[in-house]
Amino acid sequence: MRLQTLLRQLPVQVVLAAVALIWIYPFIWMVSSSFKTNREFLSRGLELLPEQFRTENYVRAWEVANFSQYFQNSVIVTVSTVVIVVVISALTGYALARVQFPGKRPLIVLYAATLFIPKGYTIIPVYQLIRELGLLNTLPGLILAEAGAAPVLFALLFMAHFSGIPKELDEAAELDGATFGQTFIHVMLPLAKPMIATTVVLQFMWTWNSFFTPLVLTLNNPDLRTLTVGLYAFVGEYNTDWTGLTAAALISIVPVLVLFLALQRYFIAGLTGSVKS
Amino acid sequence: MTSHAGARAPRVHRNRSRLLWAYAFVVPQLILVTAFTLYPIVMTHVYSLFEWPGFGPLDRFVGLRNYTRILADELFWNAFQKSFIFMAGTVALQLPLALLIAILLNSERLYGRNVYRTLFFIPVVTTSAVIGIVMRSIFASHDGLVNNGLQLLGLIDRPIRWLAQGDTAMIALILVASWKWLGIKMIMWLAGLQSLPVELYDAAKVDGANFWQTFRHITVPLLVPVGVVVLLFSMVDALTAFDLIFTMTEGGPGFATEFMELYIYRYAFTSFAGGLPQLGYASAAGVFFGVTVFLISLVLSLLARRASQVRR
Repeated sequence: MRLQTLLRQLPVQVVLAAVALIWIYPFIWMVSSSFKTNREFLSRGLELLPEQFRTENYVRAWEVANFSQYFQNSVIVTVSTVVIVVVISALTGYALARVQFPGKRPLIVLYAATLFIPKGYTIIPVYQLIRELGLLNTLPGLILAEAGAAPVLFALLFMAHFSGIPKELDEAAELDGATFGQTFIHVMLPLAKPMIATTVVLQFMWTWNSFFTPLVLTLNNPDLRTLTVGLYAFVGEYNTDWTGLTAAALISIVPVLVLFLALQRYFIAGLTGSVKS
Repeated sequence: MTSHAGARAPRVHRNRSRLLWAYAFVVPQLILVTAFTLYPIVMTHVYSLFEWPGFGPLDRFVGLRNYTRILADELFWNAFQKSFIFMAGTVALQLPLALLIAILLNSERLYGRNVYRTLFFIPVVTTSAVIGIVMRSIFASHDGLVNNGLQLLGLIDRPIRWLAQGDTAMIALILVASWKWLGIKMIMWLAGLQSLPVELYDAAKVDGANFWQTFRHITVPLLVPVGVVVLLFSMVDALTAFDLIFTMTEGGPGFATEFMELYIYRYAFTSFAGGLPQLGYASAAGVFFGVTVFLISLVLSLLARRASQVRR
């Protein structure tokens, strides 16, 4: 029976496997190149297996090309941004879900209207604002800009999530004497774990992958470069070091790939949720 | 009576305190949104009326001159046109292909469907700027991966200098962007397919409809609302693909792939042609761009709403 199903699926399986191979081939190629020497890379570019596995490209990228510093910057910026975004989105979402306050509707409409604001539209004043705050070429400035540009979508998703939780739960807690804030922290937030996970993974991905904002805000301070900007600068400085480039590129993308593979159901849930809203 | 009034007083009190809590909860995000989205939108319009290098006083008011200069600039229209060619190319490639893969993956009995789904999604989560930089080296070098691969397959005789000619650079960008973002469209289509009512398919089977008839008369009409949403995301993605394009071609060769965001960047943050940055001028271009994207998303959102109402 199983064999029969498998046989019937064979044509579909062949097509899917072929397309899937093309899809991930660039990654396989990157991994393979990152273990080669530059001479080997040029002479035997198509062969996947290197003569021997060398880690010197990674060492070079990490130590000489300053990727240890860039990695640290990316971690600081991403983690801070994610924490800020989760906190403010959950707070907004809970208030919107539970309290009928004057101005609620206009606020929701306003937030919904900003969902498709492109960066090219706002980046110049954002740059000026960060400069006037004296935060240009600093990590806090970058974190503030990243968190500020985070989609309000998360607040709307939190709102939908909290609306789906029975009101009796928080009303009971408040009758027992808990304040609004205590109820939120001790009763509701633990019930929003899947939504928090979705926000964490999506915002992590966006901030870790961000390029335009850190490029513009750290133009004059190489020590503050994040991985993406660092890699861009690397190409300019060592433009013939192909294998060093692939090693540095892999250093940059491995954290986000690992996070995705570990928590992909939250990615999918978040994206499907955002499509529906 | 007294007990009644006594019960009401704490309630009013409770409601007032809840209102205060609600405002306190809403304020942090409101401050950030105001500072980093609303204020910038307003200020982009203000800057666009001035001639201003980005420092010093904002005092050279020029009215709408930046806008008339933009409308007269061939390179702006070039950027506008290039953005839309890129958008049309990526949409035309991604939407059907993503739908096809989604249909293949939709069968619950398919072995390895989750593995396939993950594989197709990997480029989506990978950093655009890194993809752009790596793809640049893959496409640019004379005997790089793409040229070698195509020669091996016998599709081309001689290596193509992909990123040295305008047309092939555009094609390379469309291919890479479609490859990168197809996974997200696949997920959207899958969500749409899974929301289709099973009964209709059973009925079609009973009536003896074949795969194509079922697809043509049931799947396609029911998928229109999802399709409009996928279209909306694809178009906005394509218009805001700065990271990938900037790192892969930097708008070149010449201005062949200089899209709108790159045009804005060039005037705002570089001393192009030895001059000072022109933030006023760049802001006017930004207004043009932002309004275009906003209008596209508005029209498509309305279409999506209408399509889903028709369906009900």
